Amino acid sequence: MGTRQLLLLGMLVVVACVLPFVLGNYRVFQLTLALAYAIALLGLNMLTGFNGQISLGHGAFYAIGAYTAAILMDKAGFPYWATIPVSGVVCLVAGFLFGLPALRLEGLYLALATFALGVAMPQILKHKSLEHWTGGAMGVVIVKPDAPEGIPLSQDQWLYFFTLAWALLLFWVAWNLLRGRVGRALVAIRDQPIAAQAMGVNTAIYKSLTFGVSAFYTGVAGALGAIAVQFVAPDSFTIFLSLTLLIGVVIGGLASISGAIYGALFIQFVPNIADQISKAAPWAIYGVFLILFMYVMPSGVAGMVKMLRHRLSRSK
Amino acid sequence: MDLLIHQVLSGLATGGIYASVALALVMIYQATHLVNFAQGEIAMFATYLAWTLMQAGVPYWGAFFITVAAAFVGGVILERVVIRPVENGPILSLVIVFIGLLVIFNSVAGWIYSYTIKPFPSPFPTQPLFGNTYVTSHELGSAGVTLTVLLLVFLFFRFTPLGLAMRAAAQNPVSSRLVGVRVGWMLALGWGLASAIGAVAGIMVAPIVFLEPNMMGGILLYAFAGALLGGIDSPGGAVLGGFVVGVLENVVGVYLGTELKLTVALVIIVGVLVVRPAGLFGKVHVARV
Repeated sequence: MGTRQLLLLGMLVVVACVLPFVLGNYRVFQLTLALAYAIALLGLNMLTGFNGQISLGHGAFYAIGAYTAAILMDKAGFPYWATIPVSGVVCLVAGFLFGLPALRLEGLYLALATFALGVAMPQILKHKSLEHWTGGAMGVVIVKPDAPEGIPLSQDQWLYFFTLAWALLLFWVAWNLLRGRVGRALVAIRDQPIAAQAMGVNTAIYKSLTFGVSAFYTGVAGALGAIAVQFVAPDSFTIFLSLTLLIGVVIGGLASISGAIYGALFIQFVPNIADQISKAAPWAIYGVFLILFMYVMPSGVAGMVKMLRHRLSRSK
Repeated sequence: MDLLIHQVLSGLATGGIYASVALALVMIYQATHLVNFAQGEIAMFATYLAWTLMQAGVPYWGAFFITVAAAFVGGVILERVVIRPVENGPILSLVIVFIGLLVIFNSVAGWIYSYTIKPFPSPFPTQPLFGNTYVTSHELGSAGVTLTVLLLVFLFFRFTPLGLAMRAAAQNPVSSRLVGVRVGWMLALGWGLASAIGAVAGIMVAPIVFLEPNMMGGILLYAFAGALLGGIDSPGGAVLGGFVVGVLENVVGVYLGTELKLTVALVIIVGVLVVRPAGLFGKVHVARV
């Protein structure tokens, strides 16, 4: 990372830290959710952008993370901060196990399998045999955590910083992971699977581990999101959530770490904007936004930013 | 046993619907190697058009053929206007454009026609055919329509020069262009055919599920599953896959309860695909270094 990039990053973090003190509580809450989405998008981008495995079902891992956190707090009396890593690990295992049979599926077929997972999740969560844990269609209510004593922050502000800390940690880990040997192996598997195998990359292990790690990220995001919303219910995690996550990844920019942030801002705020433009058919406006975005920036916001930076530095 | 026969037969009937949507999906896949997520919503919109025509006093079959023709033209225009600018972009950008189309069609239909459920007429008699009480005449009739469409598609691709040109454009666009096939227009034609077939499916399914903007949601998923099960590059396989999915869905509903039937049916399909990834009738592609 060059000094200019470091400087930029530092400024970004400073802005992120100032924001909750100038915005209202509701905006801070929305930003907290956007941060959680950014983590999930980063996870999905590892899988889809870097490794080339399309998932239309990551909403399911988001749901598993959210429910794990909610059940641990509600039934086992876990403190909220302790549920985050547990949710991540549960999703890591679930993702790895799902990734093993999915190894045989490629492209569309993997898309169908993950789509099935996404569609099935709300039905499974509602099922009678799990009702004792999941609360069936009623869901589980989570108590909103207070800031630790001695820290003069409102609940929303505290949750924002808590989520921001997790986001920074996970972005830092992903940055190191994807820039190094592992990242190159993932891209090699995406672009030239046979050549990668011939070079000695263990394709099978890498692919299912990527599934696991991306589920870990999405699960952590789900847990953070659930704590921010203070409620989990099956209908919050329909196939629509999975599609939204994929939209976020593509709009943000495939195979780009910073793209996760752009994508998260898009999926968090653009539906609101569409709603303000037309009360009658907000989703039509949203659809038009999606299509226009893809016309103007087919490689996502991150691709656009990269191109602009390139042009600027050349024109100097 | 009686129950099983009944479920298998009505499964075949709903399977016919999945089969025709699956066929439409395969049409676009053949032309562009993409799965069109907006297929179901396009069919729904076409069905609303047919409904409007009938409300205006056009007789059933008149409305039917006008709608199919309009859907064909609409599909061609959609490809030329909306899809073409992103044709060469990353595949996932196209998927997002499809999702965009899906929500636009759904939302606009809801805006124009409201989300209330509307009954839709069937062209077939209300009396069961041949004194058979297992399936309704509509179910038999719509299965017949599906098979007719399949036959027409087969004849078109097998025996007409245009069908040959479309197949060539899909398989090897560069060489086709060199021998004078207008590849861009072939893609648009593929879209037109697909949305026409989708319109037929929509009109056939509307009497069963009733007309509303979300009527194709579940159907598209099953059609997708059927197309992949039969093999996404084989129209016949897709139709058979659609029927299999329909039967599976109904039989699973009887023996394992209705609340999880979607899940179980999908798990079975994914299981089959893990064993035979190219689908039952798909071509197995062998990669070479």
